[in-house]
Amino acid sequence: MKKMLQRSYLSFIYLLLYIPLFILIVYSFLDSNKHFTWQWYHVMLADTQLWSVTGNSFLLAISAATLATSLGTLAAIVLIRYRFMGKAILSSTLMSYIILPDLLIGISLLILMHVFNVTFGYWTLLIGHVTLCLPFVTIMINSRLHDLDSSLFESAKDLGASELVLYRQIILPLLFTVIVGSWIMSFTLSMDDMIISFFLAGPSFQVLPLYIYSLVRLGITPEINAICSVLFFATLVLIICSQWSIRKR
Amino acid sequence: MLKDNIFKFSAIGIVAGWLFLFALLPLLGIIVFSFLQHDANHFYIWQFTWQNYQQLLSLPYLKIFWHSIKLAFSVTLVCLILGYPFAYCLTKLTPKYKSLMALLVVIPFWTSSLLRSFAIITLIQANGIINTILLNLHIIHQPLQLMYTNLAVLIGLVYNLLPFVILPLFANMEKLDLRLLEAARDLGANQLTVFMRVLLPLTRSGIFSAVLLTFLPAMTLFYIPDLLGGAKSLLLGNVIQMTFLSARNWPMGAALGISLTLIMSLLLIYYLRSTPKQQREAL
Repeated sequence: MKKMLQRSYLSFIYLLLYIPLFILIVYSFLDSNKHFTWQWYHVMLADTQLWSVTGNSFLLAISAATLATSLGTLAAIVLIRYRFMGKAILSSTLMSYIILPDLLIGISLLILMHVFNVTFGYWTLLIGHVTLCLPFVTIMINSRLHDLDSSLFESAKDLGASELVLYRQIILPLLFTVIVGSWIMSFTLSMDDMIISFFLAGPSFQVLPLYIYSLVRLGITPEINAICSVLFFATLVLIICSQWSIRKR
Repeated sequence: MLKDNIFKFSAIGIVAGWLFLFALLPLLGIIVFSFLQHDANHFYIWQFTWQNYQQLLSLPYLKIFWHSIKLAFSVTLVCLILGYPFAYCLTKLTPKYKSLMALLVVIPFWTSSLLRSFAIITLIQANGIINTILLNLHIIHQPLQLMYTNLAVLIGLVYNLLPFVILPLFANMEKLDLRLLEAARDLGANQLTVFMRVLLPLTRSGIFSAVLLTFLPAMTLFYIPDLLGGAKSLLLGNVIQMTFLSARNWPMGAALGISLTLIMSLLLIYYLRSTPKQQREAL
């Protein structure tokens, strides 16, 4: 009886979570008379602006994820292995950026870029997205480094490995999965980010979430159903791939 | 050795340099800006003033704070009421199903929140699915006006933030020793006592992470009220966005941003004060 109750409550919440997404996908295949159609997908494929902003988003997400993962790995290593002046400031800045609302990252960088007269576009967005992802990457890699046996590093040092060799031959291979995981996470964070992009995008460089947002604001065009369905499946594939790569290890 | 030192210092330098330039400096910038004067032509002029903070305490802004906190509080509460039992039931599943079921929460967690807000629109708009069903069942005779109401914003925010409540609570409860609950029951505690005196205190840090992950976004996700609530429900996030991008009053926007940070810090201080060190969890 108790089990039944628990199961039905679980199903109830899953329904709440998935019904809107399910309806969205169904609607993307319906025309105005509620008949099956591929029409909206044809409209989507013909939308050249959509393709260009999607390209921009991919370019941005790939570069932001790569940069954030490299910087984050470096930050995690620095925090675990070295002692230096100002370490406490460095780590507390990172930690506070985890809970700092995205909005604040957006407006603070908007002010900075304006004061230094930077043109808004790809570079400002890249800086914003890397700053957004960096603390998450650092935390993920940091906790993995904690789990590693530190005597591994010491014995490598004793055997004459330089820092660079130690990283290339020992630490990075051991961190491989978590690095891939944090890259995927940064990629999704950057792809989905709306708030920071809102403040840091320029007229020359628009990204996908902003484009979808403007479409929705202009009024509901069924094309958005199709775009969103495709996006949902892309997210699904990405998550399944990342889960699979974690399992496999 | 020299090479090692070069590596060490360049690594520290790169990380510290990035954080200084793009995290610390901009935050300092916001603080400085919040004390500057507004100028319609240049966004700001370099002249010290308390005016922005005085304005924060004026009635229209206080109303916004009140409204925003009230909404964020209700969102957090609804999410906790829905999510807490859910996370608990999830931990009770057999390991075989558990990871699959947890994955089903992770999927909406990672799906773009813009996309999920749009899904809510298709659900509740005048010719959306809810109205169509209710009309066809003759329960109502004209479409319910759900869009552009406070309820719509609440639904949108809860739908978006629910996974952010479930996941930290689930992670927290996973580590819990469920035998403690049995022990309490064996010692004669009734269900309510077990919940209030054992389960709730033990999941405190999970609840706090969940609150932090919902309360602040519920005040700042400005595009959700924008899409679902029309102009009627102004969140703190909407006001900040409009002050910056429409009114172009950057000093005022900066002061509003600082007030948001203060709310965040108060939450954190409360948590640190009220929780003994060994129970705290890395957030």
